[in-house]
Amino acid sequence: MSNNLLMGVVIFMIQMFNVSKTYSNEVKALVDVNVRIQKGSFVFLVGPSGAGKSTFIKLIFREEAPTRGQILFDGKSLVRMREREVPYLRRQIGVVFQDFRLLPNKTIYDNIAFAMEIVEAPTKRIRQRVPQVLEMVGLGKKGNLMPHQLSGGEQQRVSIARAIVNEPMLIIADEPTGNLDPETATEIMNLLLEINRRGTTIIMATHAKDIVDSLRRRVIALENGRIVRDEERGSYEQGSSASLPGSLAQGGYIQPGGTVLPGNNSQSLYSLQERGALR
Amino acid sequence: MRMRTVGYFFRESFRSLWKNGWMSIASISTVAISLLILGISLLLVMNSNNLVTTMESELEVLVAMRTDIDAKQIQAVGDKLRSHSKVNEVTFVSKNEAMATMKKQLGDRSDMFKALGDANPFPDMYRVKAKDPNDVSSLAEEFNKYPGVEKVRYGQGFVEKLLSLTEWIRMVGLSIMFLIGAASVFLISTTIRLTVFARRKEINIMKFVGATNWFIRWPFLLEGTFLGLFGSLIAVGLLYGIYAPVTTYVESSLPFVPLRSDASFLMTIFEIVMGTGILIGAMGSVISLRKFLKV
Repeated sequence: MSNNLLMGVVIFMIQMFNVSKTYSNEVKALVDVNVRIQKGSFVFLVGPSGAGKSTFIKLIFREEAPTRGQILFDGKSLVRMREREVPYLRRQIGVVFQDFRLLPNKTIYDNIAFAMEIVEAPTKRIRQRVPQVLEMVGLGKKGNLMPHQLSGGEQQRVSIARAIVNEPMLIIADEPTGNLDPETATEIMNLLLEINRRGTTIIMATHAKDIVDSLRRRVIALENGRIVRDEERGSYEQGSSASLPGSLAQGGYIQPGGTVLPGNNSQSLYSLQERGALR
Repeated sequence: MRMRTVGYFFRESFRSLWKNGWMSIASISTVAISLLILGISLLLVMNSNNLVTTMESELEVLVAMRTDIDAKQIQAVGDKLRSHSKVNEVTFVSKNEAMATMKKQLGDRSDMFKALGDANPFPDMYRVKAKDPNDVSSLAEEFNKYPGVEKVRYGQGFVEKLLSLTEWIRMVGLSIMFLIGAASVFLISTTIRLTVFARRKEINIMKFVGATNWFIRWPFLLEGTFLGLFGSLIAVGLLYGIYAPVTTYVESSLPFVPLRSDASFLMTIFEIVMGTGILIGAMGSVISLRKFLKV
């Protein structure tokens, strides 16, 4: 682990060494996984259903412990972590789900404030921070509405706001665009990219080929519990030949109605824009 | 722990009590009923204990002397009784005193003694109190063999009956209490489980946002405790409502039955009832909370 530390600072958010996970019913969810994810990076986790993406996420989140191997989060072992330390680990991780998981009987504001109340943040700080993140996700005026009064995309923005409100080091997004139409998905992706640009590491499990192919970030592909592919600036499938301008691949944005993206790939977001799906 | 967090715990628990409505009422009622029975058995047992103690302290062996012996011999028996290691107190009642007492008790009808002329049918007598009431029967037997003793009497059989009655009340009260107590723990844990189930999403969210287990537990624990507390308050109210008129009635019509109604006695009972209620409530929630926190 000599390259773990750079000037005494851990540069890896997540490190997995020979990690295997076998569930009690003999299902091998992960087999001998080795991976390092740098701080500040944006990583796509792809693969068919049942490939081990959920287990991968659960291990980082310490919902499950590995059967074998070692996992480090910010240089700290999750294997040796005690049960009562787990809540404090989770405070450094924001989670975004496909189904949003908002509390239906609380307002948007309270849904976000709730995450801060739980970690016993001072009231003053809550009053200051919640409007700030609402503004950031573009819902500045909707704090008093109930979740059911919002569209799916807006609800996902709320869940992102909740994930970032405690300023986590890492965001885990489990198919965050799975329930959204392409246009809305693009908006959510832009939001996640913006959060990533501000320094938060993001691990996103997804089936959205077009998003992965157009963004050209690191792609970790799982199949039958093994990492079958790990590429910087990768694509959804092996050898997929989406071509994108460097600006986007290196941390640019998908420009709503923008002109940055040349479109020669029918799956790219650009083609969606051309069809008028993007504003 | 921050004050605001404590406030949050209380708010949440009350909100949940209110939302569960009928289920809360059912739990509170069961607790109230079981605690009412607990209270009644406590009152019965403690009062009968009290009765036994009073009776026991009044329990004496009456040693009647033969009429054909002289004062010296009577005196000798008295000394022997006083020096006995198991005897607490010895009182001499002469036959004249006995006669006078009887005449007084009979009042107007004391005429009947005129038929006796100057004769006094009463013997000289010692009233003996034992140090331990349990020794009464063996002492009586022993005194009977002393020279000059005519007859020995004590409350044969009565003490034993009273003690076994107390024991019976205690057993029946305990078993009913235990059964209904178990039922109320079960009902409270069901109520809490219902709350937990209704809020499993919220709990799940709390878990992944990084709430500690205790942060999640407290509102439920408080909810159960309040169910127990409210139930016990109702029980205490009912208990007082029943017991107060009973004591008043007994005092006026059965003055020889010593019912305890002093404030400190009632406070003890009420404290026990309320303590048990709170314990039942907390236990009910702890039982239902054990499983769901594993995320």
